[in-house]
Amino acid sequence: MTIERAGTAKRAVAIRFESVSFSYPATPVLEAASFHVHAGEFAALVGPNGAGKTTALRLILGLVEPDSGRVTVLGRSPEEARDAIGYVPQHASYDPAFPISVSEVVRMGRLRSSTRRYGPEDERAVERALSLADVEALAGRPYSALSGGQRRRVLVARALAAEPELLILDEPTANMDAESEGRLFETLGGLKGRATILIVTHDTGFVTSLTDAVFCVGEGGSGGRVVKHRAVPAAHAASVQYGGSALQVLHDTALPDTGCCPDDRDGYPERSAR
Amino acid sequence: MSGYFQALLDPSMPFVRNALIAGLLSAVLFGVLGAVVTVKRIAGLAGAIAHAVLGGIGLSLFLAAKGVLPGLPPIVGALAFALLAAAVIGFVSLRAKQREDTVINAIWAIGMSLGVLFIAKTPGYADPMSYLFGNILLVSGRDLALLAALDAVVLFLAWRYYPQIEASAFDEEFARVRGVPTDAVFVATLAVTAVAVVLLQTFVGIVMVIAMLTLPSGTAGFAARSLAAMMAGGAALSAIFTVGGLAASWSLDLPAGAVVVVIAGAAFLAASAAVAVRAGKRRGGRA
Repeated sequence: MTIERAGTAKRAVAIRFESVSFSYPATPVLEAASFHVHAGEFAALVGPNGAGKTTALRLILGLVEPDSGRVTVLGRSPEEARDAIGYVPQHASYDPAFPISVSEVVRMGRLRSSTRRYGPEDERAVERALSLADVEALAGRPYSALSGGQRRRVLVARALAAEPELLILDEPTANMDAESEGRLFETLGGLKGRATILIVTHDTGFVTSLTDAVFCVGEGGSGGRVVKHRAVPAAHAASVQYGGSALQVLHDTALPDTGCCPDDRDGYPERSAR
Repeated sequence: MSGYFQALLDPSMPFVRNALIAGLLSAVLFGVLGAVVTVKRIAGLAGAIAHAVLGGIGLSLFLAAKGVLPGLPPIVGALAFALLAAAVIGFVSLRAKQREDTVINAIWAIGMSLGVLFIAKTPGYADPMSYLFGNILLVSGRDLALLAALDAVVLFLAWRYYPQIEASAFDEEFARVRGVPTDAVFVATLAVTAVAVVLLQTFVGIVMVIAMLTLPSGTAGFAARSLAAMMAGGAALSAIFTVGGLAASWSLDLPAGAVVVVIAGAAFLAASAAVAVRAGKRRGGRA
């Protein structure tokens, strides 16, 4: 079984990179990178450390702007799409002394730029998110009292509280025990199809069996581009990896960016996009 | 100790009551602003701003004594230097992180040195120690009015933008993704801290203002379950430390600001030790 579907029916595009280049001073990262992720897909953005995954992520989140080319998210500019994005950071800089409860962390997913109040709909969304991420029992506990795996699931709940159309997870299984990993992918499996999911990971060999499309950043010889690969069930991967039987990424395959979309439009209503 | 409370009620000693009111008003700033400074881990930045203030005080004293700007009050120079230091630190922190430590330390050292140089060249007698360690018994009615006004501003900002402040401190990148102008929150925090430092240094002095911005809220943080609780706990502890310190300094004839800070420091160390012992016992119980 190969997971790349070569269907020709028009499908909405959730993330689109069009000839995107980005460089830090004297360090080119992305060069004319083009790829797209369809709405409802479970996609993996893989690549070795320093290849440009985080840069691609920051472009999608609108935290940086490309030097050239265009990024559209849900048919809009990344800044305009922010309310529809749920983001789970790797969160390496967490301060263990920060006094905050789990429910307060999750409520942050409903945060708006300047509004002070959270309404009843916000509270309902927080409760739904706690339930979806299977962390209801932790709601009243201090965030600092949780294990690393529990904290990661709380951050997933925070992202889900935004009721996102696009869920982005940065290295979601880093420092996570097998049980938490299994529960995380159970949650993601339940969300699959209801939201577009993008996982960013440095594991270039294997991806979860939930994956529909694999994109590799900074592969040897790709010159800062993003290449789409096939992935097939792994014959020898550990059965518990990523909550189930993993898929092996076939790096010797390179699928064209336009192969699945005869119609180049994103399938979202026309909106201004930078 | 009863002598202090008798002095409080003595109509001929209004400066004792002013000192108590100043302590209680400062406690609000130490609690609310101190919690934000502590969780955002910008106590070092606040320290640099506080020490740059001495340069402004020295310049004001010098210009006033030389007749260039007669009657120029030290607080004007202090405010100008504090805001300038906050602007430079804010710019460097946001735009040139690789040089952040160097610039902050430079501002800290240059500010103090300028203050000492200006004061040395100021005709007449001026004692830098009174600015470094403060004298709460010299608090005027105008100082109290300014402190009350700043309390009101800080309480309003903390209430109005609490979710944005909390999110920016907890996870800045996530807050930015949610559309919070985190750079503006940071710069506003620095600016308010700069103004607060100028007013608070009249109470505990430049050197100790940073201790009072971090110790009470740090102590409260051991038990607090939220940032709001940390702010309230820090304010309550600051008030207790201040009243206790003023009473003790009156009874023992010691400098008030130093006594307050010693009490706050002792409470913080005791709480840290208690937390460490409890954590050790918990680990021992599990083993």
